[in-house]
Amino acid sequence: MTPLIVTRYTGINCLGRGVDAWWEGLRERRSGLARCDFEDAVLDTFIGRVDGVEEATLPEPVAAFDCRNNRLAWLGLEADGFRAAVLAARERHGARRVAVIMGTSTSGVLATERAYQRRDPGSGALPADYRFAETQSTYSLAAFVRAALGLAGPAHVVSTACSSSAKVFASAARMIETGLADAAVVGGADSLCLTTLYGFRSLELLSGAPCRPYDAERNGISIGEGAGFALLERSGPGPLLVGVGESCDAYHMSTPHPEGLGARLAMERALAAGGLAPEAVGYVNLHGTATRTNDVAEGRAVRDVFGPRTPCSATKGAHGHLLGAAGITEAIVALAALERGFLPGSANTRALDVEIACRVLVEGEEAAPRHVLSNSFGFGGNNCSVIFGRARS
Amino acid sequence: MRVYIDGIGLLAPGLPSWRAARPVLAGETPYAPGEMPRPAAELLPAAERRRCGDLVKLALHVGAEALAPDGARAAGLATVFTCATGNGEVLHQICETLAGSARDVSPTRFHNSVHNAAAGYWSIATGARAASTSLCADRGSFAAGLVEAAVQASAEDRPVLLVAYDLPPPAPLAAVVPCAAPCGLALLLAPVRGAASLAAVDLELAREGGETTLADPALERLRTGNAAARGLPLLAGLAAGRAGRAATLEWLPDLWLAASATPFGAA
Repeated sequence: MTPLIVTRYTGINCLGRGVDAWWEGLRERRSGLARCDFEDAVLDTFIGRVDGVEEATLPEPVAAFDCRNNRLAWLGLEADGFRAAVLAARERHGARRVAVIMGTSTSGVLATERAYQRRDPGSGALPADYRFAETQSTYSLAAFVRAALGLAGPAHVVSTACSSSAKVFASAARMIETGLADAAVVGGADSLCLTTLYGFRSLELLSGAPCRPYDAERNGISIGEGAGFALLERSGPGPLLVGVGESCDAYHMSTPHPEGLGARLAMERALAAGGLAPEAVGYVNLHGTATRTNDVAEGRAVRDVFGPRTPCSATKGAHGHLLGAAGITEAIVALAALERGFLPGSANTRALDVEIACRVLVEGEEAAPRHVLSNSFGFGGNNCSVIFGRARS
Repeated sequence: MRVYIDGIGLLAPGLPSWRAARPVLAGETPYAPGEMPRPAAELLPAAERRRCGDLVKLALHVGAEALAPDGARAAGLATVFTCATGNGEVLHQICETLAGSARDVSPTRFHNSVHNAAAGYWSIATGARAASTSLCADRGSFAAGLVEAAVQASAEDRPVLLVAYDLPPPAPLAAVVPCAAPCGLALLLAPVRGAASLAAVDLELAREGGETTLADPALERLRTGNAAARGLPLLAGLAAGRAGRAATLEWLPDLWLAASATPFGAA
């Protein structure tokens, strides 16, 4: 693909608001996870909860979109001067030429969960203040971001579980390549809700402790929430989006292919799209959910593609598994590693699983990778790998 | 942007297949709504068919029809699934469970709640390992899906299967979710014309509206009552066998898609 420039990026999660806050936590190998205290959930698990969402308000023109997911998006947009950068791009390109492609899995389902707790006792009707389109609808996040940024280009939401906000890079790149847009705001948001907490528990995939990706004793995920955004343009200063690879496992709805076949295809396709040999990648941000099955399958695939020496790390121990927002969050972590010359370690990981043969960093290390790759794999066996390269000098 | 339609799948009340629907959409025979036939989804093994639910079955049914009789092509095809209102049945069941005291969400129901459930079942049933995406753009879901599929076909120079599908949810969601009728619509798109191509489609973004309506009031109610059915004017243009007749499809409140179909011979 023709490389695009990532001229701005930012986000919010339990590590903090804006990339500097995340980086502080990642450099110190700190975990932002805490014991679950969400709503009235009674679950033995740890979550990556963002402070201040309950108090956040949306500005009047977009107040109708109010729900936890869109509040997280709003808080994210305000970080690192992202919104201002988009407004400047809007001036340069025209509002109609800037696309909005967002990823989410939860959207505003929390609003529906709460509405079901307030059904009319006689008729069973949902409360009159429930707004499906602005909250629950899978498209709500893109509608909100588009309105909040005053954009008028093509827009949609990609919702493919945990690969959602990685695939947005591919969709936007193709749209710009075909001339339907000159720039794109991509990203995603997912919010804490009872559906994912109780859903993952029913699949026995929730850990009772802060998750330990790639650890010999790992036993499940820690759900996080947050938002992330990136501005893609054909020119300008910033690191490059060099390649995206997508695939399906064609195996099972909630268990990955045991040999990581789909994962391998996604990484190979990303390399091919970027015209890169595996040696060109100096860091892999693993999907690394800390489930027994993901880490071994992914590790096998990473070893197959990159061999035993390419440094990798899994950062979900630091920020949690943001599900629909995992793709954008970890793309930003990879971008930060590229730009700041440091590969973050794997928070909470103590002793690596010896069955896994790729090189996972427990402690971070200084490095100057030319390219970085981020993996995101979702339910339905939906896989995406994204590669970024250094800014042109 | 020009792409070619190599296959069509359709299931809606009174429109049991593309072949049966063609004369109705062309205005040659009257439209008789009735019940939508139950989707078949034969490409799923029996156990999966029992577990996957009606929405997934609808998507798989029309996807399979667009490929028939050469269903084996599915193994190598990239796919774009697009759905406006999601799985209302599963959402209802999960939220009812969560509003209760036990909160014992079923694991199968949970993995069926992802927006890309249909895409997941499709790839498992067909062995397809190519890229697959699942989109939403509210009532513009068909337009957004058509553009994504066409862009992929052009940019990657490969055929892409588009599957649009929506089902009305159960109460109490039915009163607040904008889906009043069931419909599934699939298109097999190709970047170059082939021997089996039914039509060429030229796509262009438009800034002025006036979305194309359907003459029959009941068909028009179907079109506005289901996001996948918003693709019917494109099929109607094809069905009438008239070259260059553009259908204007709504994407967003300030964005439309002009889709002009040029049929080849008998559609």
